[in-house]
Amino acid sequence: MEALWTEAEETPAGTEADAPHVQRLMQHVVEIVSDSGEGAQTAGQMFGTLSAKMGNGVWTVEIIPAEIEPPARSRAGASGIRIRLGHGDVSNAGDTADVVVGFNEQVLYSRIDQGAFRPGTLIFLDNKWASDPQAEIQEAYATALADFRQRGYVVREIPIDAECLKHVSDARKGKNMWVVGFLCALYSRDLELPKKEIARRFGKKGAKIVESNYRLLESGFGWAQTNLDYHFDVPPQPETHEKVVMNGNQAIAMGCMAAGMEVCAMYPITPATSASHFLAGTMQEIGGFLHQAEDEIAAIGFAIGASYAGKTAVTITSGPGFALKTEFLGLAVMAEIPLVVVVVQRGGPSTGLPTKVEQGDLLASMFASPGDAPKIILAPATIEECFHFMVTARKLAETFRGPVIVLSDANLATGVQPFPKPEVTESWMAPPIDQSPWDTTTKPYDWDPQTGLSARPIPGQRGGNYVLTGLAHDEDSKVAYESATNQRTMAARSRKLAALQRTLKPARVVGDPEGDLLAVTWGSTLGAIDEAVMRLRREGEKVSYVHLRFLSPLEPGLKEIFQRFRKVMTVEINYGDDPQDPTLRCDAPRFAQLAWMLRAQTLCDLTSWSRVPGGPLQPGQIEEALRQQLTALKG
Amino acid sequence: MFGLKDDWAEEERPRHFFLEDYEGAIARWCPGCGDHAVLSAVQRLCRDEQLPPEKTVVVSGIGCSSRFPHYMKTYGFHGLHGRALPVACGIRSRRPDVHMFVATGDGDNCSIGTAHWVHAVRYNMRMVVMLFDNNIYGLTKNQTSPTTHRGFNSMTHPHGAWLSPLNPLSVTLGITNASFVAQTVDWNPIHLYATIREGFHHPGLAFIRILQRCPHFTASVFEPIQRDPSLVLLLEHGDGIPANDTVRRIYKNRQEHDPSDRNSAQAIADRGDCFPIGLLYRNRNAERYDEISARGLGMTGAQKVAAVNRMLDRFLV
Ligand SMILES: Cc1ncc(C[n+]2csc(CCOP(=O)(O)OP(=O)(O)O)c2C)c(N)n1
Ligand SMILES: [Mg+2]
Repeated sequence: MEALWTEAEETPAGTEADAPHVQRLMQHVVEIVSDSGEGAQTAGQMFGTLSAKMGNGVWTVEIIPAEIEPPARSRAGASGIRIRLGHGDVSNAGDTADVVVGFNEQVLYSRIDQGAFRPGTLIFLDNKWASDPQAEIQEAYATALADFRQRGYVVREIPIDAECLKHVSDARKGKNMWVVGFLCALYSRDLELPKKEIARRFGKKGAKIVESNYRLLESGFGWAQTNLDYHFDVPPQPETHEKVVMNGNQAIAMGCMAAGMEVCAMYPITPATSASHFLAGTMQEIGGFLHQAEDEIAAIGFAIGASYAGKTAVTITSGPGFALKTEFLGLAVMAEIPLVVVVVQRGGPSTGLPTKVEQGDLLASMFASPGDAPKIILAPATIEECFHFMVTARKLAETFRGPVIVLSDANLATGVQPFPKPEVTESWMAPPIDQSPWDTTTKPYDWDPQTGLSARPIPGQRGGNYVLTGLAHDEDSKVAYESATNQRTMAARSRKLAALQRTLKPARVVGDPEGDLLAVTWGSTLGAIDEAVMRLRREGEKVSYVHLRFLSPLEPGLKEIFQRFRKVMTVEINYGDDPQDPTLRCDAPRFAQLAWMLRAQTLCDLTSWSRVPGGPLQPGQIEEALRQQLTALKG
Repeated sequence: MFGLKDDWAEEERPRHFFLEDYEGAIARWCPGCGDHAVLSAVQRLCRDEQLPPEKTVVVSGIGCSSRFPHYMKTYGFHGLHGRALPVACGIRSRRPDVHMFVATGDGDNCSIGTAHWVHAVRYNMRMVVMLFDNNIYGLTKNQTSPTTHRGFNSMTHPHGAWLSPLNPLSVTLGITNASFVAQTVDWNPIHLYATIREGFHHPGLAFIRILQRCPHFTASVFEPIQRDPSLVLLLEHGDGIPANDTVRRIYKNRQEHDPSDRNSAQAIADRGDCFPIGLLYRNRNAERYDEISARGLGMTGAQKVAAVNRMLDRFLV
């Protein structure tokens, strides 16, 4: 991944006498924040889509209110979207916001709490509150305004509500389109594409609706043209490949179907639900079926039943639901039933932070079952990988005859990014259920001594009849209590992971293969770690990173890689003790989860830097953490 | 290796199945355990219906009774305690072609698996669900189950169970979309067989509670009923479980009951003075979830690729 994050280059102001000053940028972060239900997300999605269509790199991430029906003008109600635009590819949501459009001042405090702004952040704030009939509101507005300026934000009041009311009777229904027009002007674009997009989205609703949206769009655009004396430009790069744009949950859902999985059994849980919502609406197009079960246990049981009967199925969940599934997961390991389990991680433990990101379920995925339950664990790092890993996961589940866990998270689930349109082929699809007669000389668990792999009879295959059981069993699937059998069969199941590891590509170091500091990461942090490491490398620092996609089995060669660096540190979004914490006074600090695993598996003395901010790690935060390590190494 | 061979469906010659084609491992239940009788009845039924063993799947949970699949020579799924039904529903969802029997205990079905019991009955996917109700946890050795009678001494209630038992018949009859509810006893092989057979031919989920002797722990509960047939109420109807003269000679206490009448079924289920056997309720036209879940089966790989591509096009930038 090549980084292109250089500071903004300025171009001289336009040649025309009073053309506004245009600042050319390599990338910019825009946020639109409103009360929930005011359409900030729609506006942002539309602006993001338009940018992607023009050939900008884009990453959008939704700002989801912490409460379902929060009161108006409250911090808990902040709803909106962040859009990061780039001249080239954009791999993460970036650091602090450059531009913010706020529908009221109170919701912005929620973003301030999240560390989303910095001195210099340019805030366009609806000024309707300045003349609100309620004195308290006027006062709150004035107080906040002063506070924002005190914090160093550049605040510009704009008449969103007033302008919208010139065109619609309910401004709440018009602001989103007005803001799209406003942003188009701010980012030096014309209205041709947005108009097409409006026609595409609202065409079905009739000409009147389309017309009204045009007027709002033009109004926002015109206001900005007339009143702003500066514009930005993030120049697009013309597209060569056909691209699709979707969020991580949609990518997972599309991936399920591209893998030919016909059954998804689920129980609703944030932030996994939207993947199932998508499947619910589309599965029938591939002849499939989504089952909303009575609980997560039933969901995985149903999926296991379908898998056992020949249709490898998927179940999609998040932390608390995953906890409920563990007993069945153990059965799938023990009885070797192919199964795909997607865990869209959120903050834990318990109900935790339902809408927020965490990478807290790695160890639960590894160890949640009682006894030894070796299973495959994959973690996609990008939206595109969310799609492709589903195809891989089904194949692995069938070849290795067991569950495959795909660890996504809330960051990928809601992040939107364009990627090349996948070239779906029939070889990705699950084949029809094999109903040919079973070779009766082959036992139902005919474990290959080298790999532990075995072929699986499916109901309907004549001569293949066997009784699947979660009890310890031998090659014939006969219940077996003898100690030697137990030792042998446990080894057979474990051997499958070793066999898989032998086929994996060695872990890849990004940056130099040796140096001072190596960061090790997994999952959705890829974009941020890449950006942070590249910034430091440009300063001449000897820092590299390894990003893991396979967590069980681990990608080969890690120990050798680790030994070539003076210091190795994982960077993760989960809780680990800070070893420097003076109150800790203990000789066994609890490391972040990947570090825990890597220490055990490589015997290297690596450490971890991890945070649980309830949001993605910003590249700047990671950069700072890495820089501290580098400084310590020098000192 | 997964491809469908073209000739798999062609039978060289007609097959005929004998009892031994359904006989798996030697049953290891205690002598006198009612489970043996149910096993024989199901094996006989498979033979009489000439079910291809490879097209027959027996699913169970955990418990003595859930050992059932091991003693059949069909496909079997001996899964988790309480979770037979979700697995069975998952199998059925995309396999309308197999015959399915579910074996579950009173602990398995009426305690740990209660949620699945309620919902599976509502889903009404075609399968025969046999509740082996011995009023006790057998496998784990003598703990109170939800159907244990008040005052019965078990290891968990040595001074007698505190509460009155849950009634699996009235609960099942109370579930929306229940379509077949019957009761029988393990010690009358004719009625047992006739009941399971009727369930097998039911287009939906047939729920059969089998009063099942546990000579070890609940002999005192079932022996009196076995010894005194007047405690049993034989339900009769032209559309009920057929009872021949042998059965009618034993059970003189009889009642005509129309199985389409759900209210009187509920009243019969609630009677505390006798043990009704026969068909309490049947609705052949209840909604079937397996008809919905199997839609789209048989779409080809090429059709699916085309569908996925169409969907991807909706995401084109
Ligand atoms: C999750 C779980 N909890 C508890 C058990 C232990 N257990 C096994 S069988 C059983 C009860 C069996 O009673 P029942 O379902 O009535 O079957 P029976 O043995 O009487 O036929 C219990 C509690 C288990 N196997 N799994
Ligand atoms: Mg029991």
